[in-house]
Amino acid sequence: MNSDNSAMIRFNQVNKWYGRDHHVLKNISLEVKQGEVVVVCGPSGSGKSTLIRTINQLEPVNDGEIWVDGVQVNHPRTNINRLREEVGFVFQHFNLYPHLSVLQNITLAPVKVRKMSQADADQRGMELLERVGLSNKRDAYPSQLSGGQQQRVAIARGLAMQPKVMLFDEPTSALDPEMIGEVLKVMQNLAESGMTMMVVTHEMGFAREVADRVVFLDHGEILEQAAPAQFFNNPQCDRAQQFLRQVLAPMHG
Amino acid sequence: MTLTDLSQALPGLWEGMKVTLELLVMAVVGGIVVGTLLALMRLSGNKFMSAVAGFYVTYFRSIPLLMVISWFYFAVPLVIGMVTGTNRPIGAFVSCLVAFTAFEAAYYAEIIRAGIQSISRGQVNAAYALGMTYPQAMRLVILPQAFRKMTPLLLQQSIILFQDTSLVYAVGLLDFFNTSYSKGNITGEIGQYIMLAGAVYFVISFGASRMVKRLQKRFTV
Repeated sequence: MNSDNSAMIRFNQVNKWYGRDHHVLKNISLEVKQGEVVVVCGPSGSGKSTLIRTINQLEPVNDGEIWVDGVQVNHPRTNINRLREEVGFVFQHFNLYPHLSVLQNITLAPVKVRKMSQADADQRGMELLERVGLSNKRDAYPSQLSGGQQQRVAIARGLAMQPKVMLFDEPTSALDPEMIGEVLKVMQNLAESGMTMMVVTHEMGFAREVADRVVFLDHGEILEQAAPAQFFNNPQCDRAQQFLRQVLAPMHG
Repeated sequence: MTLTDLSQALPGLWEGMKVTLELLVMAVVGGIVVGTLLALMRLSGNKFMSAVAGFYVTYFRSIPLLMVISWFYFAVPLVIGMVTGTNRPIGAFVSCLVAFTAFEAAYYAEIIRAGIQSISRGQVNAAYALGMTYPQAMRLVILPQAFRKMTPLLLQQSIILFQDTSLVYAVGLLDFFNTSYSKGNITGEIGQYIMLAGAVYFVISFGASRMVKRLQKRFTV
């Protein structure tokens, strides 16, 4: 089915319009290999969040193909719910379930969707909480946690489904500055464990240190993709140069 | 009305209160169940179901409750007779229960619809992103949160229903109010017995309303 077996995510000529005039994604073609960490950056309104949300079809597309691990996600006969089980998604605003405890947030989908036993799900949930450094918060409710803690729980919740891919949609944009580090560290550990990741973020430090590749998006178009060293030291297009000036030295942009 | 009169009337009044409370609890439960279904139909993408639910809600909110009670008193035995093929009388309690459930469901449906719509899109997306189907997302994520938010409003509506149950007087069901009235009728002290019943309704409704207000404060914090 898939021309390149190591491609975990593949966009093929994807287009999306909002209404008739607003062309949000223009001829997107992009590949993310198994185990690769790709950071998507670009000015606000460039379509980054829309792009990442099309992968699990939280946003439908108008034409083109999107494939995840050999399955075309926007094919009418694809069972999108089965596919979403394989694709972890972390939101900007965490979106933890406020009526459930931390551990219940993590085990809900494995038990109800994957039909895992509660005992197994609890055990796995505790391992994941350990991994994100929050095993002491298992019985707390989301409202009792800081933003950084909530986002770490959200990452654990995504991982509980044992996904093949993890998607992050501006995971640190809603956080106070002092909490960004703890979330990025969890993401870095996850990247080092070999997880395939696509991350929309403005954290250029993370992109530089953790990403294998940086994709620059503007006005719905991929203008540049390169290894971080090349992207940061020698950006090719004007708009990427301008963007980097604004992000890296906002007072002098 | 002496204390002796009152103590003699009390067991009968208590029986009446039990009828009122039974009717109330069953109509609240039934009304919320039917109201939830109506709200889900109203919010569903299916235009036909949405229109049916919309019509139901508008219809029952536009006619007097007293009319529904009298109407169902005649209609419900007919319908049940047609469905089961028998011709047994079913009694005022059942027809009143059906009438209240049907009527209140329209009001509960609007509260529940607003409650569901108040849950952020992010919660729905988070459920979908983990592979949940629409019914799973509703049952496990949206409705539990919506009902927590709606509880004060649903209770407030139920307090109104508690007072409205006295309308069963029209079809002769011996609830608390009707019992009080007939006790008064026997001794020729209707005014006093109605005053007594009014005081009881007031104390219960006012007390419950205060409790709901407290609950509301705790929920919003």
